[in-house]
Amino acid sequence: MNKLLDSFSNFTYRNKNFIFLSFLIVPLLWLGIVYLGSLLIFLGHSFFHLDGFTGQIVYEFSFKTLTELFSSPANIDILIRTVGLATCVTIGSAIIGFPIAYYMAKFTSPKVKIFLFIAIMLPLWSSYLVRVYSWKLILAKEGIINWFFEKLNLEWLLDTILSTPIIGGPSLSISYIGMFLVFTYIWLPFMILPIQASLERVPNSLINASHDLGANKRQTFYKVILPLALPGIIAGSIFTFSLTLGDYIIPYIIGTSKFFIGQAVYTHQGTAGNIPLAAAFSLVPIMVMVVYIYFAKRMGAFNAL
Amino acid sequence: MLFRKGTINRLNQAGLGLRFGAIAGLLFLHIPLLLIILYAFTTEDKSYQFPPPGYTLKWFEVVLNRQDIWDAVSLSMQVAITSTFLAIILGTLAAGALYKTSFFGKSSITILIILPIALPGIITGISLRSTFGVLGIPFSTWTIIIGHATFCMVVVYNNVVARLRRTSPNLIQASMDLGANNLQTFFYVILPNMGTAILAGGMLAFALSFDEVIVTTFTSGQQTTLPIWMFSELIRPRQRPITNVVAVFMMFITFIPIVFASYMASKTSESEGSTK
Amino acid sequence: MLKALNLKNINKSYGLIKALDNIDFTVNDGEFFSLLGPSGSGKTTCLKVIAGFEAPDNGNVSIFEEDVTNIPPFKRHVNTVFQDYALFPHMNVRQNVGYSLKVQKMKGPSMNRKIDDILEIVNLTGYDLRKPSELSGGQRQRVALARSLINKPKILLLDEPLGALDLKLREKMQVELKNIQRQFKITFIYVTHDQQEALSMSDRIAVFNNGKIEQIDTPANIYSKPINSFVAEFIGTTSIFNKDSAMKLFNIDKAFSVRPENIIIIETEKDLAAIDKKQYFITNGTIVDCQFQGSHLKISYAIDNNCKLSVFKSLEGNINQKYDINTKHTIAWKRIDITTLNE
Repeated sequence: MNKLLDSFSNFTYRNKNFIFLSFLIVPLLWLGIVYLGSLLIFLGHSFFHLDGFTGQIVYEFSFKTLTELFSSPANIDILIRTVGLATCVTIGSAIIGFPIAYYMAKFTSPKVKIFLFIAIMLPLWSSYLVRVYSWKLILAKEGIINWFFEKLNLEWLLDTILSTPIIGGPSLSISYIGMFLVFTYIWLPFMILPIQASLERVPNSLINASHDLGANKRQTFYKVILPLALPGIIAGSIFTFSLTLGDYIIPYIIGTSKFFIGQAVYTHQGTAGNIPLAAAFSLVPIMVMVVYIYFAKRMGAFNAL
Repeated sequence: MLFRKGTINRLNQAGLGLRFGAIAGLLFLHIPLLLIILYAFTTEDKSYQFPPPGYTLKWFEVVLNRQDIWDAVSLSMQVAITSTFLAIILGTLAAGALYKTSFFGKSSITILIILPIALPGIITGISLRSTFGVLGIPFSTWTIIIGHATFCMVVVYNNVVARLRRTSPNLIQASMDLGANNLQTFFYVILPNMGTAILAGGMLAFALSFDEVIVTTFTSGQQTTLPIWMFSELIRPRQRPITNVVAVFMMFITFIPIVFASYMASKTSESEGSTK
Repeated sequence: MLKALNLKNINKSYGLIKALDNIDFTVNDGEFFSLLGPSGSGKTTCLKVIAGFEAPDNGNVSIFEEDVTNIPPFKRHVNTVFQDYALFPHMNVRQNVGYSLKVQKMKGPSMNRKIDDILEIVNLTGYDLRKPSELSGGQRQRVALARSLINKPKILLLDEPLGALDLKLREKMQVELKNIQRQFKITFIYVTHDQQEALSMSDRIAVFNNGKIEQIDTPANIYSKPINSFVAEFIGTTSIFNKDSAMKLFNIDKAFSVRPENIIIIETEKDLAAIDKKQYFITNGTIVDCQFQGSHLKISYAIDNNCKLSVFKSLEGNINQKYDINTKHTIAWKRIDITTLNE
């Protein structure tokens, strides 16, 4: 046995790549075949199209489906709606998340920092579905938000918000505002942590140098701290943006009848069996994120991850 | 103004405004979860009335007697455990291969590995579903497991790679220098060092699998995992407090392994003793 | 004398970078042999080839007359002390030190006794149950040493082991290492970039530069007879005159170096008259810098033809002596004190 091991060890000494390859082969095969294969086949369907009469997929290369995607006003609406919401969610979570990240990075002792880190990750560790569900409770007509507005005699304010065109709706739990709140809530930790990491890397000596050179606190914040936190903000935005683009559960539960990309994909591949169109829709968030990540990388976001 | 006005810049003191913003943000993160726990005790079962008209423990008992919920829990457990096991093997192998060598195509392979988590779940789900359809594989617990293992492996991979990158590259050489062959080096040096990282990754994978609903919807047949059960309740709520009780349970089931994983991760980062 | 180590025609490239270029040398049994050079000069790569962690592209490595070029590291009878110590973080000191014994399937009281003995030699008795993270840098260094010594290797390879320690600790450890080497009669192959360290500890030094060995010799010879300007400048402080200036100023047809302690400052006419002009080079210079260095002053002179000269002037108890910038002096050194260089 020992002799066998010895010769094996000798062999790997002379052929260093052997171990490396033998490790890589299994996961690579799995991912390559099971995952990548399925993915490419599915996405490849966007170059086929659905025959209007037979309801069958025609396996011939064509741009019909892609043109259909971008020419139908209803579809364009879906795309704009989703990208618009993703943008708002990104901005919203950046604004809400920044104070927490800043406080945590610069004004806490290591012990408190760990406590805060756990506090921020806690919601993330509790089931996604449960967290979405919690907002159904909160946004319900008889729920806590309503109660809150009632107690402060501000019902009129709530009604005004709800009657605002586009973002309003019959109730908070069926409106864009509601969706905005839920999305922002769900992805918030993803935004906070990269910002905190970036800010942590800003040495205090820079801030001292800025003061030493005559800048007051506000100027230091806008000229030194914020620009250095920007890669972190952008890194966080990659998550909030892409996760919102692809989500179909939250629009399903909190949304109106107006579709988002995720729901469009879901419905088209469902009973209609229009896999080509579903695939075409799926391409959009992927392409958007590819471009987004390219620019994010150039702005240094990857250093903040 | 974010800072207290004053001439001394005391970096260890945040302004009132900042502190308020931070606390408000933290509350925003946690109040929804607290409400879920609160609503598990309400007596009102037809709406989400706030404040709850009364408090009771009866829903816990009801849930304990619901066979469909227990079945869902059992399936979720089976899937999570098996997927985690597969994820550990695949993720560790990948990490072992990729953590240091730079070679042609390395960045592409790295992207491939994180794709399952990076792409929206619905895309992964539909892709796998069509493939199963084309290959004629009937939907079963195993199709669910295959889907889960694919994205859970990423989590294990990330953890193990991070650990491997932090260990001194000389450890393996030191072991061989002192006379250990490959097998001895693996068992005496490599495995113990990676052990907690693998465990931490495994716990995260478990939580991820237990909570997953999107890919699962597409890769299951008639099976109902707990998240799927939960999802149908969300669409058509029936006895709401029951959903709440299950929600509380789900919260803790996904929560505990992750806390454990971070605890382990933090412990071992203290005992990294190779560098000066 | 037995040859402990022989490297013949060793070449190693990483892609387009040639890390080792025809390396050839022999180390005698019981010698303290240093590989000295700047970062990236190939000395660590050379050590790895000796240990077996890297295989050379061509050439042979022989240990005690036995060709080990194709033998993996765990079969070679050498041990290495790594630059970052490479202590196993999950094992305590005892387990780290005893690792090689465990690998040889040794157990029980005899193993424990060996561990205790070696811990006593490196002054770590009582620390055996601590983990590496609970030790200071100097203590970790000694654990690494103990771990390697417990095998009683005939050759010990040390890769810049003292680099992370502060000056006082480093000096203390240098003495301890020399003692251990003498006591155990081990051949030490010692990699360092610190020429002071190499000069004070070694029996012989190999000076590395860009993958090549520039000179192998005793410290005294390397210091006083450097073979080229690289070695002359790398070891100690020196002033170098290139071929041009040497010709123009002193009528010497080769580049040469002169050590600062060999130059005298002539401050009075009487001193100038007293020296034998045939035996000395004499020139004039203007002071551009004067540094207090404890036992002496380091004075930099600018002389003709854009040349600079460094002079050490011993303070001899006159601790407050110093010179002002722009003072002009006549300076001189003996002709025999220069070393001509192959540029």
